[in-house]
Amino acid sequence: MKHETPLLDQLESGPWPSFVSDLKQEAETRAKNEKNIEYQIPQEAVEDLLGVLELSYKHGRTHWKHGGIVGVFGYGGGVIGRYCDQPEKFPGVAHFHTLRVNQPAGKFYTTEYLKKLCDLWDFRGSGLTNMHGSTGDIIFLGTTTRQLEEIFYEMTHKLDQDLGGSGSNLRTPADCIGQARCEYACYDTQDLCYDLTQEYQDELHRPAFPYKFKFKFDGCPNCCVASIARSDLSFIGTWRDEIRIDQEAVQGYVGGELPPNAGAHSGRDWGPFDIEKEVIDLCPTKCMKMEDGKLLINNRECTRCMHCINVMPRALRIGNDRGVSILAGAKAPILDGAQMASLIVPFMKVEAPYTEIKETVIEPIWDWWMEEGKNRERLGELMKRQGFQKLLEVTGFKPVPQMIQEPRTNPYIFWKEDEVEGGWERDINEFRKHHLR
Amino acid sequence: MAFISSGYNPDKPMADRITDIGPKKFDLFYPKVIAKNKGKWLYHEILEPGILVHVSETGDEVYTVRAGGARLMSTTHIREICEIADKHCDGHVRFTTRNNIEFMVDSKEKVAPLKKDLESRKFDAGSHKFPIGGTGAGITNIIHTQGWVHCHTPATDASGTVKATMDVLFDDFKTMRMPAHLRVSMACCLNMCGAVHCSDIAILGYHRKPPMIDHEYLDKMCEIPLAIAACPTAAIKPAKVKLADGTTVKSVSINESRCMFCGNCYTMCPSMPLADAEGDGIVLMVGGKVSNRISAPKFSKVVVAFIPNETPRWPTMTKTIKRIVEAYAADANKYERLGEWAERIGWERFFEKCEIEFTHHLIDDFRDPAYYTWRQTSNFKF
Repeated sequence: MKHETPLLDQLESGPWPSFVSDLKQEAETRAKNEKNIEYQIPQEAVEDLLGVLELSYKHGRTHWKHGGIVGVFGYGGGVIGRYCDQPEKFPGVAHFHTLRVNQPAGKFYTTEYLKKLCDLWDFRGSGLTNMHGSTGDIIFLGTTTRQLEEIFYEMTHKLDQDLGGSGSNLRTPADCIGQARCEYACYDTQDLCYDLTQEYQDELHRPAFPYKFKFKFDGCPNCCVASIARSDLSFIGTWRDEIRIDQEAVQGYVGGELPPNAGAHSGRDWGPFDIEKEVIDLCPTKCMKMEDGKLLINNRECTRCMHCINVMPRALRIGNDRGVSILAGAKAPILDGAQMASLIVPFMKVEAPYTEIKETVIEPIWDWWMEEGKNRERLGELMKRQGFQKLLEVTGFKPVPQMIQEPRTNPYIFWKEDEVEGGWERDINEFRKHHLR
Repeated sequence: MAFISSGYNPDKPMADRITDIGPKKFDLFYPKVIAKNKGKWLYHEILEPGILVHVSETGDEVYTVRAGGARLMSTTHIREICEIADKHCDGHVRFTTRNNIEFMVDSKEKVAPLKKDLESRKFDAGSHKFPIGGTGAGITNIIHTQGWVHCHTPATDASGTVKATMDVLFDDFKTMRMPAHLRVSMACCLNMCGAVHCSDIAILGYHRKPPMIDHEYLDKMCEIPLAIAACPTAAIKPAKVKLADGTTVKSVSINESRCMFCGNCYTMCPSMPLADAEGDGIVLMVGGKVSNRISAPKFSKVVVAFIPNETPRWPTMTKTIKRIVEAYAADANKYERLGEWAERIGWERFFEKCEIEFTHHLIDDFRDPAYYTWRQTSNFKF
C-alpha cells in the first residue's frame, strides 16, 4: 500500500464486515488491473483515500473541503463537488466528486445491471460506492470534474439511468419493499414512488425550491422507511374498514401451534404465548376482546397501530378498503429543531395516475412553499411559522379533529373579519351615543 | 491514462442529450417469484435470525437470506454479491433501507447452500463479508452518513464508529433476544443526513467549539449576508476587521456564547471552520422510534452529552452503548421499545440502570419546546 494506515488497520479485526478490508481489496484490484481497464481517474485513488482517512483518524478532523459548483449541463443537482484539502499528499483524491444515481424503487436489482454500473464506475470513477446513501440513492463516490459529463452521457445513453437529487430541489424519493414482498402494504409503494419521481423530474433536477424536499412512501404504519420522521411529505398506507380475522389461526396462536410475532422473538424464552397479555392488553385503544373463544375487534375504535397484526400475521390482515394517510413537514434538527410530520390528509385512495395526490396535495403545497418559504426553510418550518391553518387554506382541506393531538390550550384565536358577524367596520360616534368618553 | 470520450461533445452539450428519464423501472428487476406474487402475500415468518419466508395466496414461497454489510462498498465487493446472486438467486438481489443485502430464493432447498456460501466468505483480515441476521427482535445494521470518508462538516467518522459499534453488538445482529427490535443510527454532524433523530440509539457527531474566522479570505470566499442569515441563534453579525498588515477587511464577528455549534454557517461559508480534535466528539441519544406500533413515533433524547473521538475504535462510546443495550434487554417488557421502557420506568431510573451520569447539558434550553420537557408534576421517583 502507498500509505501506512496503522489506525485504520485496527478496524480490520472484529466480526462485522470491515470497510477498511474492502477499501484495501479495491486498492489492490486497481493496482493489479487484471482487466486492463484504462482508468479515467487516478489508479491510486483508493490508496489515497485510505491515506487521507488515516490522516483524519490521526488529526480527529476531516480533510475534505466544500463542494464548489460542479455538475452536468442543465441540471442543478445530482453531483456533489468534493476536494481534498491535502491534494499534494493525496493527488489521487484531489478532486473526488460524488454522483447520486437514482435507485430503482424497492432497491431490487439484477446482477446484469449492477455489473454494468460497476463497469462504468471502475472505468470513470474510484470504484467506491455507497449501497445506498441515506436518502436512498446509489452513491458513486469519487471522480474528477471532466468525467462528470462522460458518466452522465454513458448512463443516459447506455444504461437508461438518470441522476438523483441534491441541493434545493426534490430529493430522490424512496419507498419500502411494499406489496412486492410484504403482506402489510396497503398500496403499491413502488408504483407511486416511481410515478411521482417521473412526474416531477424537472423539480428533481433543477433547483427551484427554497430548500430540499423529500417524499417517502411507507406501505403501512410500521414505517420501515421512516417517512413520518424524514420526509416533507410522508405517505403512510392505511385502511378504513375492518381488520380481517381468521379465527382458526387465532386459535393456532393461542394453542401454541403458530409462532407469535412471525418468530421475531424466538431468541429468548418468553414463556407460552398469552393473547390477553401480549395483544389485548397492549392494544392502545383497548378495542379488542376474547369472547367464547373468538377474538373480537371493535374496528371503529381501532387506530391501526399494527401491533396485533405484527403479533399474529397469519390470523389478522389489513383491511380491504385501503389508501394512504398523508403527513407533512418532517425534518432533522437543522435549523430549528427536529420535527415529526403532521397529519394533513387522514385518508385518500391511491389510484394510478394519482391525480388527486398530485393536484390536491403536492402541487398546492409546493405553490405555497415556493411563494412564502424563506431561503433554506423546510416545509415543516413554514408550517410552524405561518400556522397549520395556512396549510389548510392553501390546500382547501376541511379541518377535522383527526388532524390534531388536542385542541389549543390558549384562546388566542386569529379571527378573520369575514368570520365575524357584521365585519369589523364600526361607527365610533354611534358607540359613543351609549358610552360617554 | 489517456482520456476516452463517451461520445459526449463538450462543444455541443445539447447534441443527442438525454435528460429527465428518471430511475430504472422497479419491475424490470423483480425476481420471477416476486413479479408473480406481488400484492398476493399472505403472511411471513422469520425461520431463524436473518432468514425469512413469505407465503403467497398462490402457494408460492420466497425465502430471503438477509446479510449485513458496510454501506461503503467497492465494486469488487458488489461483483462478489453478483457472483453469489448469479449462483443462487437467478441473478437477482436487493438492498434494504438499512443497508442490508437480501438474497431471495424460491424454495427451501436453496436456502442451506446459500447460507453456507455466505457464511464461508471472509475478508483476508478475518471479518465476515456477509454475516446473516438483522431480523426481528434483534439489532440490525446501522444506517449512517459519510463522515471523514467524504464530507466537509463531520465531527466524527461514520464508517469507523459504525464498524466499532457493530463489532460490539455483533451477537445481537445474529440473535433475536431483545424485547423489541432495536435500531441504531449514526450521523456525523447535526445536519443529520442519516436522520438519526428517531432511533432507539443514535450516535451523533458534534462540534463544541465556535467557528474560527479566516478574516483575510472571508469576504472573498463567502456571501456575508448568507453566512449571517444561516445562523439559527443570530450569533453572527457583520464586522470590519483590521488585519496584521493594517488593511481593513469586511468580515463577521461571532457572539460565542450564543453558538450551539451547528456548523450551518460553515456550510454557507468555508471561511468559518469548526472542526477540532478536542472539541469534536460523540453525542448519544436514545428512545426514538418511527413506527406507530402501540405508541406514537418519538424523538430520540440526549443521554450522553459528549464522548471524545477515541480513534480508531471509540471504546468509551461502544461501552456506553453496550451498557444501555444490556440494561434495556434485562429490564424491558416484551414488545417494549427502548423509549417506551424509559418512559415506563421513568428517566430517573433510566440513568440509574444504565449507569449514566446526569448533567445539566441534558436539560433542554433550546427555545419553546424546552419547557415541555421539564417536570410539571410532583410525581417522580427517588
